[in-house]
Amino acid sequence: MKIGVLALQGAFIEHISVLQSLGVESVEVRLPGELKDLDGLIIPGGESTTITRLVDLFQLREPLFTLASDSFPIFGTCAGMIVLAGEAVNGSVNSMGVLDIKVKRNAFGRQVDSFQVDLEVPVLGKEPFPAVFIRAPYIEKMGRDVQLLARLKDGPVVAARQGKILVTSFHPELTRDNRFHRYFLDIVKGKG
Amino acid sequence: MKIETGTWTVKTGLAQMLKGGVIMDVVTPEHARIAEEAGACAVMALERVPADIRAAGGVARMADPSIIKAIMETVSIPVMAKCRIGHFVEAQLLESLGVDYIDESEVLTPADESHHIWKHDFKVPFVCGCRDLGEALRRIGEGAAMIRTKGEAGTGNIVEAVRHMRAVMDEIRKVANMPEEELMAEAKKLGAALELLVEVKKAGRLPVVNFAAGGVATPADAALMMQLGADGVFVGSGIFKSEKPAVTAKAIVMATTHFRDAKIIAEVSRGLGAAMAGLDIKAIPEEKLLATRGW
Repeated sequence: MKIGVLALQGAFIEHISVLQSLGVESVEVRLPGELKDLDGLIIPGGESTTITRLVDLFQLREPLFTLASDSFPIFGTCAGMIVLAGEAVNGSVNSMGVLDIKVKRNAFGRQVDSFQVDLEVPVLGKEPFPAVFIRAPYIEKMGRDVQLLARLKDGPVVAARQGKILVTSFHPELTRDNRFHRYFLDIVKGKG
Repeated sequence: MKIETGTWTVKTGLAQMLKGGVIMDVVTPEHARIAEEAGACAVMALERVPADIRAAGGVARMADPSIIKAIMETVSIPVMAKCRIGHFVEAQLLESLGVDYIDESEVLTPADESHHIWKHDFKVPFVCGCRDLGEALRRIGEGAAMIRTKGEAGTGNIVEAVRHMRAVMDEIRKVANMPEEELMAEAKKLGAALELLVEVKKAGRLPVVNFAAGGVATPADAALMMQLGADGVFVGSGIFKSEKPAVTAKAIVMATTHFRDAKIIAEVSRGLGAAMAGLDIKAIPEEKLLATRGW
């Protein structure tokens, strides 16, 4: 199994470290040719405006869209969720439109409002997940085919799944808890 | 469900999200828009770019809050701002304005020649300059959640940034290979906390993100710093003192992503017009050097 990590900008090395610790081969993706022979792709946290600009500058939009439409497993964290969204509001991000969700960028405010919280994520088991939200987005609206995985207490949706695409508002790659990565790898293996 | 803000994870985490990106100095909302459009991962809101601060002389202070606010309202990427070394009240003001990162910067005239700000007291994260590993770890000890080289701001000359990045990386390599019993003596020599040195030895890198700054003027400069081990790049005067700011900005962003791909860097370096006019460090009188401010 080989997982690509989009390495245009952001915290891609953190994802690679988690994959390494799970004994999974990974490769940095910066150009369309590097999308070949992958079993899954992670789009990391970073700055969504920067990542989407670079996606276009290096002709990655079309091949990524084609993969996503062909039930290819993709995991997007924070900016990665914005990149994959059907629509992104608050700022000028041209998202890819592969997921039937509308996300609000910087939805909780500025950096001084960034936070961490222990989050209930039923698909990961009873133990709450240590979720780190950094200038994070949330899902404002989602379509019928989208499965809700976690929400803040009585609040917005912050993790969801549609087919083989998994997205979180927060950063599992910044914690020692690798359950979200294992959940994604199960999707890749066709078990999830 | 207890929500915690201003934690170390959240502070260092934003710097991790900036990695592989370019943070650009801007002095107007229009500049900020150009920077965001070019793919900057953050902007530094200033009243004057370092080259102009250098030329103007006198006391350089925190920017007018109205400029910072106007820039914050214009772009959706993180906005940083500078305060003077040791000027914790300027830092309090910047925090109250809601900036995303504070640069306690040698580019402004220091307010305190003996003490930097105790940055742990703040919810907003700080980035600080360094010339070597000891200086980096002293700032981290005070609470800096991100480090950058000092370089020599406003010169368009990469030589000092290279010197500082090499100094940091050389010392990290040395510490990584050092037996434990030598760490205490090394901590004493560097003037750094032992605990932080132990972390550096374990990880083989700084415990926080480390950007290059102070003299980056071309796509090749940015890629050079990345290949030397920088996690990302600050570009100060290099963009808006160049002949074509928008294309220069975009080219530096592209070169920073593909910092090991000479073909792409060559391609984006074509037709950029004149880079900013540079300064020879040796031609700058000792008392005008910025990197020697702070300790």
